[in-house]
Amino acid sequence: MIRRHVSATVNGDPVEFLSHPGATLLDALRDELSLTGSKEGCGSGDCGACSVIVDGRLICSCLMLAAEAEGRRIQTIEGMADGSALHPLQQKFLDHAALQCGFCTPGILMAAKALLEANPEPTETETRYWLAGNLCRCTGYDKIVRAVMDAAAEMRQVRV
Amino acid sequence: MSDVLERPADSPLKVVGTRPIRPDGVDKVTGAATFGADFSMPGMLVGKIKRSPHAHARIVSIETKRARAVAGVKAIVTAADFPDLASEEYEGGESASNLRDLSLNCMARGKALYDGHAVAAVAATTAAAADEALELIEVTYEVLPHVIDVEEAMSHDAPVLHAHLFTEGLETRPETPSNIAQKNELARGDLAAGFAAADVVMEGRYTTAAVHQGYIEPHACVAAFAPDGQCQVWSSSQGQFMVRTYCAKVLGLEASNIRVTPAEIGGGFGGKTTVYLEPLALALSRQSGAPVKMVMSREEVFRATGPTSGAVMEVTLGATADGRITAADVVLKYQAGAFPGSPVGAGSMTALACYDIENFHITGYDVVTNSPKVAAYRAPGAPISAFAVESAIDELALKLCMDPIALREKNAVRDGVKAAYGPTYRNIGYVETLEAIRDHPHYRAPIGPNQGRGVAVGFWFNIGGESTAAVHVNEDGSAVVVTGNPDIGGSRVSMAMMAAEVLGLPIEKVRPIVADTASIGFSMLTGGSRTTFATGMAVTQAARKIVADLKQRAAGIWSVAAEAVEWKDGAAHCLDPAKADAQPLSLAALAARSARTGGPITAEVSLTAQGAGPGFAAHICDVEVDPETGHVTILRYTAAQDVGRAIHPAYVEGQIQGGVAQGIGWALNEEYVFDRLGRMENAGFLDYRVPVASDLPMIEPIIVEVANPRHPFGAKGVGEAPIVPPLAAVANAVRRAIGVRMTDLPLSPPKIRAVIDAR
Repeated sequence: MIRRHVSATVNGDPVEFLSHPGATLLDALRDELSLTGSKEGCGSGDCGACSVIVDGRLICSCLMLAAEAEGRRIQTIEGMADGSALHPLQQKFLDHAALQCGFCTPGILMAAKALLEANPEPTETETRYWLAGNLCRCTGYDKIVRAVMDAAAEMRQVRV
Repeated sequence: MSDVLERPADSPLKVVGTRPIRPDGVDKVTGAATFGADFSMPGMLVGKIKRSPHAHARIVSIETKRARAVAGVKAIVTAADFPDLASEEYEGGESASNLRDLSLNCMARGKALYDGHAVAAVAATTAAAADEALELIEVTYEVLPHVIDVEEAMSHDAPVLHAHLFTEGLETRPETPSNIAQKNELARGDLAAGFAAADVVMEGRYTTAAVHQGYIEPHACVAAFAPDGQCQVWSSSQGQFMVRTYCAKVLGLEASNIRVTPAEIGGGFGGKTTVYLEPLALALSRQSGAPVKMVMSREEVFRATGPTSGAVMEVTLGATADGRITAADVVLKYQAGAFPGSPVGAGSMTALACYDIENFHITGYDVVTNSPKVAAYRAPGAPISAFAVESAIDELALKLCMDPIALREKNAVRDGVKAAYGPTYRNIGYVETLEAIRDHPHYRAPIGPNQGRGVAVGFWFNIGGESTAAVHVNEDGSAVVVTGNPDIGGSRVSMAMMAAEVLGLPIEKVRPIVADTASIGFSMLTGGSRTTFATGMAVTQAARKIVADLKQRAAGIWSVAAEAVEWKDGAAHCLDPAKADAQPLSLAALAARSARTGGPITAEVSLTAQGAGPGFAAHICDVEVDPETGHVTILRYTAAQDVGRAIHPAYVEGQIQGGVAQGIGWALNEEYVFDRLGRMENAGFLDYRVPVASDLPMIEPIIVEVANPRHPFGAKGVGEAPIVPPLAAVANAVRRAIGVRMTDLPLSPPKIRAVIDAR
């Protein structure tokens, strides 16, 4: 089985890895690059725990082949904080207790980041529909939606 | 948000009742937290499982020769590699397990009892090699007739799963084996007299489908078996000590030779109170000599780990015209899956726990079926029986033209009432939760066309049990709290808060950790809503021992009696008027002097916590039914619950909101679907649909606090009661929206559409 050489950018840094033919981007992130913040909850694109942003677009990394990452810019949860300064979304998730087990949290944070980049002032309904691809079994989503909307409000303040 | 937003101004408590950020929070929002599948070891192999494609089949032979020849394959195990255990009950967290059944569920011996039942396992250097080997393991089956429906399984001509299983609980021991593992009964009074005294009698038959806990993290572990017999396991579970015990039993090892380190757990809800992978990974590691990692796929989680029972229930209620319930007859038939042990016992005990009824009879049947062995799921058994009873109560309210809350208040249990399941209630907050929803603006808000409002209540025992906690004071005056309970929903922060409260430290100065089985004394698993109550009690007592020690040390420094020292605001204060110039000694000051005052400052407490206060919940649900599609939208949801005392109100709210969401999924969408050969057809999140964010409104929790005097801060268990009412709350709301009682869950659009069309 021939492995394919892949070069990409992950969280601003150049990376290289060898990819098995059937390996997904999620496999490469977790197994080749030791970035285990992205989680596998289903492997079929239904739970969103593996959400990452590739060239500005939110995707399930379990649905993209690792070989397709060649030349792409990939953002993962490990790159969300600016050094030791948390992203406002991360801080609001803590402030609102918007996580219980925390397993879905990295994927939801990445999805929420993509939401706020596309729509800095989402309504509750828009937030709920945007996050509908990210399953959380612990929280009932209430505090997650509040945290996202609160982060959006704070980020708008900073922008002004 | 909750009605209880902040600690009252007059509260003497400084930390308990506030909402600090959880100490493990940053790891969880940055991706740094290590869950089950995130742990790796050098030289680690990949372990995978060969599973039965048949719902019921005799295993004629298993040939592994070709599989062993695959390059990279290092070990293959089957039932022949595990001891054939005798039947033995082991008292686990929330329920007893039969160790033989546990072993047979991990690895089929002689017979495969459900689609997905493990028949062999492989460890190889790569996943591809392991997959190839799985393909090459040749299993010869003799396919047998199967049965999954609970009532079909009870019939005398059903295929029998276990030739040795004879119904327990009958007056005479039966002559022939049966799928009915047990019949249990709870009764009081004179049922016939109770019905004779009734002005109205309501009968109903209700069904629920098997549903899965649906934790987002699949089961995962790494196991390493050293040549000297010392074993290490890293796994995601609800109890590292549970994993240790079960691995030792299933493999015939000494528990003392197994050290289990808990990973962060990505949800459990009861489903991780048993083992599936760990014994197999250890057996593969023993055979290969290398560490083995095993991670389930989502399909495996659905096909081979515990859902909870599907059930059929019959409820007959009698009541006087003014709403006094005079008699209740309840029959519960629960699927156990492949081995005995459905939660029908708890379903029976909780069924009428909210009602003060003189005459009742509850009959429960535990029935084995060719489906995955059920595992605990949040208030095991209670949501199922509550669906039937709370639907019946709603029908009674309609029949009597009574307000559904008023009907429940009229028949409510109160302090001093003997519960249907035995004990006499003390310090319960049930009526208070009913009053909380009755007086909430939600209950008086207008309702539109095609909309309905449902009310339902729920009960869960909550448990105490064995727990250990240690508190270590660091040299800088901060503290570490060590417990043996995996933190599923934020319990670590509550442990730290209780210690901080007693020690008088700010919460930031207390770091809680969850230790491995070699580093802390025994604790029962995280389950039964016991951790904040029982382990919190151990933490509090350990912190009090530290305070007593600190006072003694301060007394020594001041040369006064220990009684002349008061611990306040994190410092020792001298009360002896003769020592008026003695400045308070802070925890940091005392810690700095510990070497000269008696050595390191630590305390460990092990206890068996008694007096867990039961939890009562009362919910209001508004729905809108689309008459075109039969789709149900949840418009508004309010959930009141007596929690004794909310240690961290935000995580109490989170438990309530999360339980409600799971209950709504159970009511509307979730179910195991099997094809005619008994294979699960919807083993994935696309077809097994759990609620997503756009399915739900905000869920408003109302925290009711009727303190539990048996807990140092008044806490009662929280996590389970909130999943009990929603099934019926939703169904009752749908009843009032469409005018027809729906009795079969889930209330999927095709079913509702059919009822609307027939109306």
